[in-house]
Amino acid sequence: MALLEVRDLRVSFDTPDGIVRAVRGLSFSIEPGQTLAVVGESGSGKSVATQTITGLTRGAEVSGTAVFDGTDLITADAPTLRRLRGAEIGMIFQDPLSSLHPLYRIGWQIVEMIQAHDRGISKRDARRRAADLLTLVGIPRASERIDDYPHQFSGGMRQRVMIAMAMALDPALLIADEPTTALDVTVQAQVLSVMRKLQQEFGTAIILITHDLGVVAEMSDEVIVMYAGAVMERAPRRDIFYRNHHPYTQGLLASLPTQKGKRLTPIPGSPPSLISLPPGCPFAARCPHVFDRCRVETPPLADVQGDPRHQSACWLDHDVVEAVA
Amino acid sequence: MTEASTEPQPLLRVQDVRKEFPTHRGEVVRAVDGVSLEVRKGETLGLVGETGCGKSTLARCIAHLYDVTSGSVWFDGNELTGLSRRAMRPLRREIQMIFQDPYGSLNPRRRVGSIIGDPFAIHGISKGAERKKRVQELMELVGLNPEHYNRFPSDFSGGQRQRIGVARALALRPKLVICDEPVSALDVSIQAQIINLLADLQKDFDLTYVFISHDLSVVRHVSDRIAVMYLGKLIEVSPTDQLFEQTRHPYTRALLSALPVADPDTADSREQIILAGDIPSATNPPQGCRFHTRCPKARADCVASEPPLEPVFDDDPAHRTACFFPLTIGEDLSTAVPELVDLPDREAS
Amino acid sequence: MTAALEVIEAPAKAIEGRSPVLLAMRRLRRDKVAMISLVVIVLIVLMAIFAPVVAAITGHPPNEQYRQIGLTPDGLPRGPNGTFWFGTDDLGRDVLVRIAYGARISLLVGVAATAITVVIGVVLGLAAGFLGGIVDTILARLIDVVLSVPFLLVAIALVSITGPSLSITVLVIGFFSWASVARIVRGQVLSLREREFVEAARSLGAGDTRIMFVDVLPNVLAPVIVYTTLLIPVVIVTQATLSFLGLGLPPPTADWGGMISESQNYYTTAWWFILFPGIALLITTLAFNLFGDGVRDAFDPRADRLR
Repeated sequence: MALLEVRDLRVSFDTPDGIVRAVRGLSFSIEPGQTLAVVGESGSGKSVATQTITGLTRGAEVSGTAVFDGTDLITADAPTLRRLRGAEIGMIFQDPLSSLHPLYRIGWQIVEMIQAHDRGISKRDARRRAADLLTLVGIPRASERIDDYPHQFSGGMRQRVMIAMAMALDPALLIADEPTTALDVTVQAQVLSVMRKLQQEFGTAIILITHDLGVVAEMSDEVIVMYAGAVMERAPRRDIFYRNHHPYTQGLLASLPTQKGKRLTPIPGSPPSLISLPPGCPFAARCPHVFDRCRVETPPLADVQGDPRHQSACWLDHDVVEAVA
Repeated sequence: MTEASTEPQPLLRVQDVRKEFPTHRGEVVRAVDGVSLEVRKGETLGLVGETGCGKSTLARCIAHLYDVTSGSVWFDGNELTGLSRRAMRPLRREIQMIFQDPYGSLNPRRRVGSIIGDPFAIHGISKGAERKKRVQELMELVGLNPEHYNRFPSDFSGGQRQRIGVARALALRPKLVICDEPVSALDVSIQAQIINLLADLQKDFDLTYVFISHDLSVVRHVSDRIAVMYLGKLIEVSPTDQLFEQTRHPYTRALLSALPVADPDTADSREQIILAGDIPSATNPPQGCRFHTRCPKARADCVASEPPLEPVFDDDPAHRTACFFPLTIGEDLSTAVPELVDLPDREAS
Repeated sequence: MTAALEVIEAPAKAIEGRSPVLLAMRRLRRDKVAMISLVVIVLIVLMAIFAPVVAAITGHPPNEQYRQIGLTPDGLPRGPNGTFWFGTDDLGRDVLVRIAYGARISLLVGVAATAITVVIGVVLGLAAGFLGGIVDTILARLIDVVLSVPFLLVAIALVSITGPSLSITVLVIGFFSWASVARIVRGQVLSLREREFVEAARSLGAGDTRIMFVDVLPNVLAPVIVYTTLLIPVVIVTQATLSFLGLGLPPPTADWGGMISESQNYYTTAWWFILFPGIALLITTLAFNLFGDGVRDAFDPRADRLR
């Protein structure tokens, strides 16, 4: 049974410039212990989707279902969502500075969160658990540093504190929204390694939102590629890189700098406006393989080469994949 | 990118430059601490490093936006250090900068035509219709629609804004362009467009680039030579291919292994070097080799003195490394154990 | 709401580039209260301009005293009637006509003093914020001193030396108000100074003066415009206060503050004498204030999204 099953999620915002359709029919599921990477550039809707699922978006029109362990998060009331957030679903954001309260000590913040969900626990036990968590994520001298303020930690350390807080109640699902984008490369490696370690120890499922295909290659089991609010391709990790189907996926991979000197093949143009999307496939304007049908009918997600685990939203022949040596 | 020309005098020479900043606590941040390098005409020098390494500060010292604390900067035979603002002005036409933040580096209240035309206005070259024509030519050159002359930066996307920055930098046909993280804030598909644009412009206008980035894969793609910085010092300088095939410095190796590669096979099979601890504070850098607190191969010698930047083993003289125990080819760093363990904040991995 | 903002930035605008000022004006046009206030202001301005026409229609010049028909047999002012639509004052002068002429004074001082204030304040604020160092230290201290001086006492002292006049009033008000503008501008400039586009301008070789006026100034315009429109009513009331205290223009010049002052002894017997100038002052001040609020909201792009 899937841990989280999202069906046809649609999110739109009413703005003075028009209705912004940020997410247009997103469906996916994630099994316990699995890592699902959601890849997309800015405007793809990847952050809006997960924020909406956990009830953190305000002023949006939402439809569709997101069933987590039997409860539909979209229709759940505020107290239910609050209970689930933290205890069952942990969240990490890109900028730990804005997620951690600057005026309270780290230890206090973690303890407070633990006690909010587990009323029976004593302060001393909660504190001990907080210190254990900090050690687990690799903060040296955790029992001393537990009384430090967020600004006393470096960026990478702060992100680890965020992870500790997110994992404090042993959630079944961890949603990490660009957790390492703002960090240096060597620090990123440390943080990703911590996440992998925690996943192995606690069996947490992870939804990892990122624009970095390298991180995807390292961390994921399954990958969803989003563009203009919809899923373009969904596949197991190796398939996305070595046997991909959708021209957008191919375009993304082709624009990555690999060796020295070879001219890059970028995707021409820029992402479309989410207010006045033309009919048909959202990628049609930039696709090198576009033909007439693409501009008229929106292609649905369909199996590639008969494999239900690999789907692509494209009118091109689904029996042919781009095999990369 | 282009072949480096064999001119005897380098276009840019940085000699033992140091730049310090006082902090409000009375301490001193040694952002750049004794860096020397040369850039030949027509080449692209990549400058790579993580937070606090000093690459942005060095860039601004070269562009004479900061005064160096000591050392000298020579451009095309002229010494820039100590020049007055007035004397520097004509040279500013030759050295230009492209900034990282496409949102912050353009004045939101000025129209794009005015922003790109700024260099002409400041140096009193061409006015009125003539200036407008030149600006529109520049816009076309960088892939912008010249009819958008009267628009504001907020009407453009991030990639387009970066193009505006490039157009502005190119207005006076500079010789040297310092690109400070020009693509870091852009989406992947747009990054590729800008990288291609910069490559084309270099060829067409015989430009020399100093390309700063924290993203090694981008730097590898664009650079002829790469200089790696750590905490204000150069730790390895080398032609690009050699840096990757014959990595000598443990930090460079760690940087390379930390770089996520969009290839599952490589990701699964390569060595993982996870560095211990954090980047130390620049106000109180470690003794001796600055990297020793995180180095998997640290020994007592590394604390005693600073290693000089020079060729090691039988390397090409163009490949210099600052390490007492540089890596041999094929050396496995992931199993290395440092001989110094009781260092502050070093975590047990 | 960050998620909403993120996706809104993404679509590239397909419309012609609109300057922030034009955008604000468009927003302002949709603000009903602000537009009504603007109409009121225009009417007051028209009244001031056409004051002689008012005098011609009623047939009563502003300073003409009508002791026979304008005062009761006991020498008290007459209430509103067919001849004097707003009644008369203690000297039998036509209150309506005097109010029309009084508008001239209020508006003139309001605009002139505000203009002086803003120009001085912006230039000094720019210099202080941008140049820093000694310049900033001196100017910042000066701003502090000026803001601490008891305005009214100095005004009284000054006027008692030089005697009341229009130019003195304008100068006094202007001199004391520039400091608040300067302080606001200085604060804005301090943060703008660190922005990357300022660094970019330097790297192009731009000098300090050019950066201050070409790059920094357009970015402080918005708060300055807002402050200016809210400053005008303050100046008008200040001038009326000075007049009320006898420090304004010499009699017999018609001006609202003076009229209110003169009406003090008659408020039980001649309500129109105090009421009409009072209402004129109130409506003018209110109109400018409401318009100023509208301007401030129009320049705040966030105000739109919360609709």
